[in-house]
Amino acid sequence: MIAEAGLAALWLAAAMALLQFVGGLTLLRGGAGQLVPLIKPAAYVQGALCAFAFFALMWLFYVTDLSVLLVASNSHIDKPMIFKLAGTWGNHEGSMLLWVAVLSVSGAAIAFFEKRIDAKTLHATLAVQGFIALGFFAFLLFASNPFERLEPAPLEGAGLNPLLQDVGLAFHPPTLYMGYVGLSIAFSFAVGALLTNQAGPAFARAMRPWVLAAWIFLTIGIAAGSYWAYYELGWGGWWFWDPVENASLMPWLAATALLHSVSVLATRNALRAWTIMLALVAFAMSMAGTFLVRSGILTSVHAFAVDPERGAFILALMLIYTSIAFVIFALRIGAVKQGEPFQLVSREGGIVANNIFLSVILAIVLIGTLYPLAAEAMGDKISVGPPYFNKATVPVMLLLMVALLIGPMLRWRRDALMRIKYWLIGAAAILICGGLAAWKLAPDTRLFPLLGIALSLALAVAAWLPLRGRKLLRTPLPIFGMVIAHFGIAVSVFGMASESGFSKETLTALAPGESAEISGWKVKLDDVKPVVGDNWVAVEGEMVASKNGGTFMLRPQSRQFFKPEMQTSEAALLTRWNGQLYAVIAQPNQEGDGRWQVRLWWKPFVTFIWYGGILIALGGTISLFGRMFRRAKKPAINKWERA
Amino acid sequence: MRAFAPILLALSVPVFAQGSGPTPPMANQQLADPTQEAQAMRLMHSLRCIQCQGQSIADSDAAMAATMRAQVRQQIAAGEKPQAIRSWMIDRYGEWVSFEPDMKGAGLLLWVAPFFIFVASIWLARGLFRRRS
Amino acid sequence: MNRPWLLWIPLAVVAFIGGLAIYGLAVPKDDQVHSAMIGKKLPAFALPAATAGVPALSNTDMADGKPRLLNIFASWCLPCKAEAPHLETLKAAGIEIDAIAIRDKPEDVAAFLAEFGNPFRRIGSDSEMAVQLMLGSSGVPETYVIGGDGTILFQHIGDIRAEHVPMLIEKVNAAR
Repeated sequence: MIAEAGLAALWLAAAMALLQFVGGLTLLRGGAGQLVPLIKPAAYVQGALCAFAFFALMWLFYVTDLSVLLVASNSHIDKPMIFKLAGTWGNHEGSMLLWVAVLSVSGAAIAFFEKRIDAKTLHATLAVQGFIALGFFAFLLFASNPFERLEPAPLEGAGLNPLLQDVGLAFHPPTLYMGYVGLSIAFSFAVGALLTNQAGPAFARAMRPWVLAAWIFLTIGIAAGSYWAYYELGWGGWWFWDPVENASLMPWLAATALLHSVSVLATRNALRAWTIMLALVAFAMSMAGTFLVRSGILTSVHAFAVDPERGAFILALMLIYTSIAFVIFALRIGAVKQGEPFQLVSREGGIVANNIFLSVILAIVLIGTLYPLAAEAMGDKISVGPPYFNKATVPVMLLLMVALLIGPMLRWRRDALMRIKYWLIGAAAILICGGLAAWKLAPDTRLFPLLGIALSLALAVAAWLPLRGRKLLRTPLPIFGMVIAHFGIAVSVFGMASESGFSKETLTALAPGESAEISGWKVKLDDVKPVVGDNWVAVEGEMVASKNGGTFMLRPQSRQFFKPEMQTSEAALLTRWNGQLYAVIAQPNQEGDGRWQVRLWWKPFVTFIWYGGILIALGGTISLFGRMFRRAKKPAINKWERA
Repeated sequence: MRAFAPILLALSVPVFAQGSGPTPPMANQQLADPTQEAQAMRLMHSLRCIQCQGQSIADSDAAMAATMRAQVRQQIAAGEKPQAIRSWMIDRYGEWVSFEPDMKGAGLLLWVAPFFIFVASIWLARGLFRRRS
Repeated sequence: MNRPWLLWIPLAVVAFIGGLAIYGLAVPKDDQVHSAMIGKKLPAFALPAATAGVPALSNTDMADGKPRLLNIFASWCLPCKAEAPHLETLKAAGIEIDAIAIRDKPEDVAAFLAEFGNPFRRIGSDSEMAVQLMLGSSGVPETYVIGGDGTILFQHIGDIRAEHVPMLIEKVNAAR
């Protein structure tokens, strides 16, 4: 009954989306527009219906209703409750329903709260949103119905991919999807503004919180996914430049660029066309990413449900949305007036540099990810992997860091480097001293980690400088947000550079009682024991790590799951302030000498990568709250508003 | 402990049948010379595992990856240059085995593209900056 | 904007990526890693016998003027069991077959041959997969056509099914 109600809600919601879209069409065609007053109510109803459908599915997972195909094939009566609930979105159908639900609820929120842009642009935006939602409703209802029944109902259910039975990963895909939804809303705003030719600061302010929210979710999602891969894949890597990882990185890069350019548009009324362009690209990238992950056309390390037919559906949606949007862009952008002028040395100039570098990185990642496919079409089989991506993107990232040392210190419109000459000298001094110190500590370090460390040290100082000369209590929250996010970049890059430049590795085979050394740590394998979990068995190594008198237990596991069968390794991580000791127990030696293969790493400051990620997301969140708070206090009136 | 014996036995058999040959000694054992080991490691990170496909041989549990790691370490220890070992692998498995395409032939465009895009985007952006105040 | 064609570049990029994606979906992905050793001479190797009673295998054994098949197999590999009868058919057609057993133990190989028959003239034991690597082979089972002078002429990846048998016979006969 619940399942049928959920399905009915989806159909009704689809009808509402259609109403929104048709209403918008009549408005733009200059008709009388009897349907126009219905657009907002339709958005409310659509949001409510989709929320209902999603909670209906969650309820079915909560009670493990095995007569529903989706529950039967993704859950199990013996599964822990948290993973039962996570099962709601831990599969293709459920995650698409979550996507649609968040999209529709956001649409309702826009319809209700958005007062900054004029009614026509708002209606156009909601119509575009209805159009996007229609595509996803078609996808849900025709190709991935989450409420399909199963006759007869099975007795226990099939389980869930064991790799996904992990708290971190239960929340990783939905986090990314939230980000993608946010970008789809930015896309709707951009197309709406194009259609009504209102691409000014008001539009930018309306779009900004959604971009910011999307970007926060993407940041968290990528950081969490990276940490998950780090401890789950068992080889100490935290970024593999795998197609699935790239698929999540590309929307983030576009969103980061968009976040900066939209600020310029909101405060300085410049970069109009470019901001619209980025909004379109960011959503196109999130659709392309979803397509790459779901279609499986590229070989990936990360095991996900791959389904070429559904991939084709997502591809079709992506091509429809983006090609229509880019046609509108090409036809209408000429009518968008040039924004306010600015000089090369100015805050705007710094943000343009940021946008160029981010776009170049995005282009490299996109080309590198798709290149093997293109080469295959031409009859060549080649692989593009970490060595290429590192060599091609890291120099641009370092340039981006340099821009970040200077840009936030500059004034809007025009400035002179002479004005900040003391900081420039200071930054150069930190760079040289930091670089020399790192080189002195480890003379055989390669160039990139060295530069990364020097630049992150300089940025760790530079990030705080925008607060100089301000009264802290009266400083707007978004400034704090920016400062913290930029400091987070410094922290994260420091971790990356340190990990890639200074990690130590010991590979060995130990019998119980034997020990190995790594970076001053002595790691002794005490015992190897079997362990039984909910739906797995494992061998667990009991290791004692000791250094300078301190001793710690480490318990890495090699897990064997059933239903479905799979082997994973659970690394044991010992976190110290200055790094992590990473221990893995693998297979027993085949020679039958009683030794187990043990892999140990000392990764200095590796945790900074994710601490930085948290700081970046925190900065974004502070900024978002600041924007919302400020808006509630006083409606922003701006001298360009009537232009 | 006794009761667990069958489980332990089951665990010593890998999920994907990979046979029971000995793991080549150099597969999971570092070279004594840290410089050589670093060279070997860097090369291993740039070679693609044949069995598991998505991973480099440095990050894979597959038997074939172990054999390839052993091969890399043995040849490095024998004084072979990493570039020569890479070519040795490409001679056997084609360009596919390398994660870093050559700057020629099918891979040329890949290396040229970043420069081209960089220059093109700066050229596009130059119109934004105005001399007038 | 004085260059209106620039505005259509994004659409062109979308079209290109779309075309590529459609190609990726439409053309079945070739996950096999083909050996790049086709047309080259067999590398030098000398493997010990995989089990008692069947002679060992070295590269010179296969350069005796007669073309033949070289089968890469293992007793622990399921498809190898499935292809055993077809190897018998090939042998009955007068084709000499040598083999390399991958990561195997002598007693396992003996048991395998006892159960599924022995179509092989010689079997070398490649316990560390070193020769497999030299051949550019990516898994088990695989079958190579080796020319009379020891040149690798053809690689068949995966198990031999009934429909592959005539093709393999033809390849070997063409090399005579």
